[in-house]
Amino acid sequence: MEYLIDGSMNKWELILGLEVHAQISSRSKLFSEAPTNWGADPNSQVDLVDCGMPGALPVINEYCVEQAILTGLSLNARINKTSIFDRKNYFYPDLPQGYQISQFEYPIVGKGFIVINCDGVEKQIGITRLHLEQDAGKSMHDQEVESSFIDLNRSGCALMEIVSEPDMRSPTEAAEYVKKLRNILRYIGSCDGNMEKGNLRADVNVSVRLPGEELGTRCEIKNVNSIKFIQQAIDYESKRQVEILESGGSIKQETRLFDPNKGETRSMRGKEESHDYRYFPDPDLPPLVLTDEKINKLKKTLPELPDDKKKRLMSEFKLNDYDAEILVNDKDIAEFFESTVCGRDGKIVSNWVTGEVFSYLKRIEKNIKESKITSNKLGGLLDLVIDGTISNRQAKEIFEDFIDSDEDPRKFIQERGLVQLSDMNEIENLIKSVLQQNPKMVEDYKNGKEKLFGFFVGQVMKVSEGKANPKIVNETLKKLLK
Amino acid sequence: MSIDNSTVKKVASLARIEIKSDEEDTLIKELNNIILWVDELQKVNTDKVDPMLSVFNESMPMRQDIAKSNYSNKLIMKNSPKSNSGFFVVPKVVE
Repeated sequence: MEYLIDGSMNKWELILGLEVHAQISSRSKLFSEAPTNWGADPNSQVDLVDCGMPGALPVINEYCVEQAILTGLSLNARINKTSIFDRKNYFYPDLPQGYQISQFEYPIVGKGFIVINCDGVEKQIGITRLHLEQDAGKSMHDQEVESSFIDLNRSGCALMEIVSEPDMRSPTEAAEYVKKLRNILRYIGSCDGNMEKGNLRADVNVSVRLPGEELGTRCEIKNVNSIKFIQQAIDYESKRQVEILESGGSIKQETRLFDPNKGETRSMRGKEESHDYRYFPDPDLPPLVLTDEKINKLKKTLPELPDDKKKRLMSEFKLNDYDAEILVNDKDIAEFFESTVCGRDGKIVSNWVTGEVFSYLKRIEKNIKESKITSNKLGGLLDLVIDGTISNRQAKEIFEDFIDSDEDPRKFIQERGLVQLSDMNEIENLIKSVLQQNPKMVEDYKNGKEKLFGFFVGQVMKVSEGKANPKIVNETLKKLLK
Repeated sequence: MSIDNSTVKKVASLARIEIKSDEEDTLIKELNNIILWVDELQKVNTDKVDPMLSVFNESMPMRQDIAKSNYSNKLIMKNSPKSNSGFFVVPKVVE
């Protein structure tokens, strides 16, 4: 559905483009051997290049180059066999070189696209480019009144900047784009996609226009670090622009910052002057030349990507679009599903994963890998449901306790006396006694009060203490009431 | 294109270079000479020439992704005028 912003005079169209910065999961930095571990002591992972020592020469990390190529390939993008590194010049205390090594005119990856899914509708979002660059260090401003503290551990870490075309038209589309991109990065393993740690962050370009008219002036909201904040920032910023335009003003092209506490964006004054980055090719670095051989070799190592996996899950396990989408949206969940479903019914496993497993993980606030759930455990429990030993309902009731225990599923249910009653004769006897105790009801039923069927089932379940196999109870009851 | 007084001041401030007012005229003259020379180069017809991406006729050497802690915090901090708890301490700059 078309998303328009309701101004007081007009309906406005929203135009969004995103620049996503993704930190490459490499052991060492882009141009130095310093380690990249998160949360290390300040300035303990700094090499000479990272602190801008004069004469220190950058040497590129081959793994980072390969990850950029793999990412480019998975974004359906062209890989440029020759690319150039430039210096982006600006002064800031967390940038000791006085410039960031980045790529400007000749990036490693050119045009591509990804497909997002908004409420069942697919849309293609263009990728303008992907380039490699160094991250900056980190400033802390809250330690002393008069000074800032600088930690250069992050300085020089490898980033991929992934720039989209201005193809998104609503906050939801922007959110879906980031989710999809993050998911693809996780599938390939080029970036862990962790937004809380800042390993994935987005700059959002926002502009508005009357439908059909020329593009409006855009504002860039810097460094938004959660999907929820991206949506909030867009929401606030687009309304701000509409208000200005409708009251006769004009939008000033500028860089803005999102304040999550207030839900507002505000101008980063002073950033404008420094926008003059005076890019020039880094004389320390010759061109990055890639061979077809290398690119093709990497292409062969590409794992199955979310879209392909979804299609396969739908055809292989007869899952519907919605369930398959949920499963592939998290790489770990998709892997968990596939190892659990092996030899079992796809629909049952998918229902359990998206039902019980998801609500359990939500309650304990952990992801599947951090939890005690394994495919052996869940699979073992489901086998008992599938072979009729326990009912689906019983399995759900004991699920969390079972996961928290380290017991064998069969032993676990036996110890709790949970074995389902599936013996036909025993069930028949139970039903007969229930029917004998309620002759009036039986008569009413036979005279057409069919609703009473549920009552009989309930009574049988009650006398069996919930252990009777509901399927057998239903079948036998129908037979006996004829 | 020619360079005037305000361009010189802007470039100097972007590069964090302090220039004295009696240096401005010399700089304006020198920078304009460079630009004149570039204008001269622009006259060459390069329609059929690929852009030269680098003066090196070679491709970039690469290294394996192996992390090494070559420098301790103590060594890295050695030249810093002011530090605290392992951090560099600088005059406050907030954006």
